[in-house]
Amino acid sequence: MSATAATRSTAMGKGAFSSLAYRKNRDRAIELILLACALVAVFTTLAIVLILVVESSYFFEHVTIREFLTDRMWTPLFDDAHYGIMPLVSGTLTVTFVALLVAIPLGTIIAIYLSEFATHRMRESVKPVLELLGAVPTVVYGYFALLMVTPFLQKFMPDLSGFNMLSAGLVIGLMIVPYVASVSEDAMRAVPRYMREGSYAMGATRLQTALRVVVPGALSGIAAAYILGISRAIGETMVVAIAAGMQPTLTFNPTEPAATITAYIVQVSLGDLPHDSIGYQSIFAAGLVLMLMTLVFNVIGFFLTRKFREAY
Amino acid sequence: MNTNVVHKAESPRLAIALEERRALRANQAKAIAEKLDFWYGTNQALKNINLVIPENQVTALIGPSGCGKSTFLRCFNRMHDLQADTRYSGSIVLHPESVNLVGKEVDPIEVRMRIGMVFQKPNPFPKTVFENVAYGLRLRGFSNRTDLAERVEKALRGAAIWDEVKDRLSDSALALSGGQMQRLCIARALATEPEILLFDEPTSALDPIATAKIEELITELRQRVTILIVTHNMQQAARVSDFTAFMYLGELVEVDATSKIFTNPSKKATEDYITGRYG
Repeated sequence: MSATAATRSTAMGKGAFSSLAYRKNRDRAIELILLACALVAVFTTLAIVLILVVESSYFFEHVTIREFLTDRMWTPLFDDAHYGIMPLVSGTLTVTFVALLVAIPLGTIIAIYLSEFATHRMRESVKPVLELLGAVPTVVYGYFALLMVTPFLQKFMPDLSGFNMLSAGLVIGLMIVPYVASVSEDAMRAVPRYMREGSYAMGATRLQTALRVVVPGALSGIAAAYILGISRAIGETMVVAIAAGMQPTLTFNPTEPAATITAYIVQVSLGDLPHDSIGYQSIFAAGLVLMLMTLVFNVIGFFLTRKFREAY
Repeated sequence: MNTNVVHKAESPRLAIALEERRALRANQAKAIAEKLDFWYGTNQALKNINLVIPENQVTALIGPSGCGKSTFLRCFNRMHDLQADTRYSGSIVLHPESVNLVGKEVDPIEVRMRIGMVFQKPNPFPKTVFENVAYGLRLRGFSNRTDLAERVEKALRGAAIWDEVKDRLSDSALALSGGQMQRLCIARALATEPEILLFDEPTSALDPIATAKIEELITELRQRVTILIVTHNMQQAARVSDFTAFMYLGELVEVDATSKIFTNPSKKATEDYITGRYG
């Protein structure tokens, strides 16, 4: 009772000044707790990098980096083992490219519609549904690609094989549309109203305002959305493992079956390779390459974002 | 044209305003608001506004916050149409075309093509200085480079900012100072040669020096364009305007020559406001 009264009198600025040390300590404690939480994320990342590098170093004791980068075959599980990462890289890039061909235009158009054209009610009902798309388990998307999209595409392309990168890429594209659309839309809605009003006052239509003022104004946020989409597409595992066939092939033709880095990793981890074999170690090297690819896109995105950043 | 205007003036207040204006050898009417009502949903924000906007002069709208002066200003370029559930009745007739700016059959985009606006907060687009001024021109289909360059320079000179930005035309407009941004926005509006230029508290976000420049500019601009300005600053209204309209609670209380409003207002409410008794 008296404690409450004392606190209150301090809060009102009328009590004694002795509570300063107490408050400083309390603030310091809170700061430390927050810092610890932040460090969990940092340490996890560092630990992953460390494990990838250490485990890959065992792999690179057996396989030279030159062979890793120039060999045109990836067959670590065969007797005649080849360790050329490029077939996996080509598969990953092809699937990602197809996915972005779907996700970027569709995501951007949806974002423009939701941010600039849709009524409040429309936006409030469409957005949750859109975000629900992102909550569907990826294994569902994988079978959707294999059992619905591929047969559908085969009607137009009779030569299309049952496993192919095209349908995997298209479905991954659909899968990341919600991310691209949602993040882009947030960026566009963050463009201040007075900027739009300036455009309307000049006699611009909604579409002109959206394309000439809002999109340029939100470009850094939209670029961030694209980078997020690229990272998601590169890292996607289930859909490609199910629908693209697991054959590492050095090709950029999306109608062919191929394997991506993630598909290979899941294939090995599900198998019964002994933990100290080179085949097993190869997934760490593949993982390292995947991480570097994502890193490169993130760095590019970071600089693009900075270049196009508009402070308003 | 003038006889036509008088003929249209049905309300006594409007007729009186017109008479006084003639006595002051005022220019002919550029726009006339008549029996203008405006609603946000069911909330009536403007009630029976009758006002003559004389051509090539500055008309200031003053009044306490929430009196409807910005709402009235935004009727002239139909900015309210961007919001759902707003409604106009009555008319704002633009001369010499005699088009009712708030008429349902009139396309708000066309209205905005003719009537420029400068906002409270400087709002240049995230584009270069040049592209900001060229924006309205491009919307109107101008694409010839030399033509654009000429018009942009003319507009920037008109807004007294050419000397400051002529070497920075391809820099981002967002790198300019607040006062420069606002003059750039004036240049942007001038580039398309509007018939009326609306100013919505154009200096409330600026420092005194930038404010002085804008005020000087407004005084110069009225030779070429009809100006309507909303301001909270009564000294500003007194300095820049030829006519002042005092609004209160959505109604137009009094309109007169600025010198008369500030020295000898005929309504008690006006006198109370300008002497700082409320608002």
